[in-house]
Amino acid sequence: MIGISCVLLAWSVSGRTWSKSLPSPSKTWEVSKPYVVEPFEKRGEMDQGVLRFAWYSLVLVAKGYALALLIGTPLGFLLGLSASFNRSVDPIIQVLRPVSPLAWLPLGLVLFQNSKPAALFTIAICAMWPTVLNTAVGVRAVPQDYLNVARVLNLSARNRLFKILIPATLPYMFTGFRLSLGIAWLVIVAVEMLTGTPGIGGFLWQEYNSLIYEHIILCILTIGLIGFALDMLMGLVERRFQAA
Amino acid sequence: MAFLELKGVGKGFGARGARTEVLRNLHLEIERGEFVAIVGYSGAGKTTLLSLMAGLLKPDAGEILLGGRPVSGPGRDRGVVFQNYSLLPWMTVSENVRLAVDQAFPSWPAERRREHTDAHIALVNLAAARRQRPRELSGGMRQRVSVARALAMDPEVLLLDEPLSALDALTRATLQDEIARIWERDRKTVVLITNDVDEGILLADRIVPLSAGPGASLGPSIEVDIARPRDRKAINHDPRFKEIRRRVIEYLLASGGRARAAGPRVAPAAATVEAQA
Repeated sequence: MIGISCVLLAWSVSGRTWSKSLPSPSKTWEVSKPYVVEPFEKRGEMDQGVLRFAWYSLVLVAKGYALALLIGTPLGFLLGLSASFNRSVDPIIQVLRPVSPLAWLPLGLVLFQNSKPAALFTIAICAMWPTVLNTAVGVRAVPQDYLNVARVLNLSARNRLFKILIPATLPYMFTGFRLSLGIAWLVIVAVEMLTGTPGIGGFLWQEYNSLIYEHIILCILTIGLIGFALDMLMGLVERRFQAA
Repeated sequence: MAFLELKGVGKGFGARGARTEVLRNLHLEIERGEFVAIVGYSGAGKTTLLSLMAGLLKPDAGEILLGGRPVSGPGRDRGVVFQNYSLLPWMTVSENVRLAVDQAFPSWPAERRREHTDAHIALVNLAAARRQRPRELSGGMRQRVSVARALAMDPEVLLLDEPLSALDALTRATLQDEIARIWERDRKTVVLITNDVDEGILLADRIVPLSAGPGASLGPSIEVDIARPRDRKAINHDPRFKEIRRRVIEYLLASGGRARAAGPRVAPAAATVEAQA
C-alpha cells in the first residue's frame, strides 16, 4: 500500500514538473475507464476493451509458447543426454540466445512473408532458451542412483525416459517453462508493435501514435498485471509438480 | 562348477598416472543357494566389487562368470539392493516395486503382475504402506521396499550392498532377522557386502574378508557352521561365533596394517568389535 502510494505520488509530481505531457493518475483513470469497466467491449478494430486486446495477445503467446516448449524440451533432453551433441550445439545456442526479438521479427517476416507466423516464430525462438537450458541442466543433474536403478532393473529406453529421466527432470523443466512464459509475454508486445496486430501491444503503439498517452499507462499496467498473474499461475503449477 | 565365479578380477579408477587400483586379483567361487558375506573396511572397495558383480562396472582385469557365462552388464538374473535405498521418490511403494515387475515379466497379464507386486510388498511387511511415497517412510521401511523390489524380479542372485549400514541398531537388527527369514524361504544365492562382522556371521554361510585398500584382495573363506535359525542373543555365547569373529577381525587387522599406519582411519565395525573383545 505504501509502495503504491509512493509511485502514485512520484507519478503526479512528475506530470506537474518535468514532464508536462505525462497525464496525471486521475486523468488516466478517467480516460481509461470505458476500457476497464467494459473490458470485453468491441467498438472497432483498434478500439476494444483492454482484456479483449489482452486476450488476443494471450492467444498468440499461447501458440508461440507451445511451439517453444515443443521444440525446447526435446532439444534440452538431447543436450543433457549427449555430451557430443552438447559440444556442437551449445555454442550456437549461446550466440542465438542474446538476440533481441526486434532482430528476429524481420527475419521471420522474410521467412514466412506473413505477420502471424512471423510473430509465432519470434515468440518461440526467443522464449525457448530457458526451457532448453534448464531441461539440459536437469537431465545432467539426474542422480546416478536413479540411473543405476534403471540399469539394474534393465529398464527399456522408453521406461527409462518416462519413468526415470522425465520425472527426475520435471522440477528443472518447470523452472524453465516459467522463465520461458515470462519471456514470451515480453516478446508479444514488441512483436505486436512492429506488426500492428490487434492486441495489447498493438493497442499501446496505436494510442501512442494517436497521442492518447493515458492509454499507454493503462496498457503498461495491464501487461504488468497479466504477466504477474501468469507467473503466479506457473509458480503454482511448478510447486505442485515439485511436491508430487 | 561354481554358480557365481570371480577369476582374477581387478579394477582401478582415475586417469593413467594418477590411477589408484581399488581391487587386485580377486578370486571367489559361490555355489547356487549359498549366502556369502563379504566383510571389509569402509572405503576398501566393497561397493566397487558389488558394482562389478551387478554389471554396473566392467573389470579391468579378469572376468566374472554367472552360471558359466561372463557378466557383461546388468541383467535381471541379479537383483541389487543399494546402501542408499535408491527408490524413485515420485512413485509410491507399490509403483516402485511394480516398475521392476513390469520390466521383468512383460508377458504376464496385468492382474498377475499386480498380485506378484502385492505379494512381495507383503513379504517385507509393508502392505499397509503400499500407497505411500518413499519420503513418508523411515529408513528401515525404505530399505524393505528396496529389498521387495529386488526380490520381485525373481533374480537368481541377490546382491546386497551394505543394505543396513545407514540404519539405527534396532532397525538394523529387525531387518537382519527379516533377511534371514526371507532367505530361509527361497534360499536364493545371496552376496551381502557389509562392514559389520557380526551381521555377516548372523546371516551368512560363509564370510570372505576383503583386505584394506588400495589394491584390496579377498582373504580366505571362513565357514559359519552355526545351525539356523540363528538366535542373535544365544549366538553371542557360542564359542564358534567368537572364534569366527576373531579370525575375521585378525585377518582384517593384519591386512589393514599398511592403511592403518598411514592414518587413524579405522572401520567402525572392526573398532566396536575390538572394544567388545
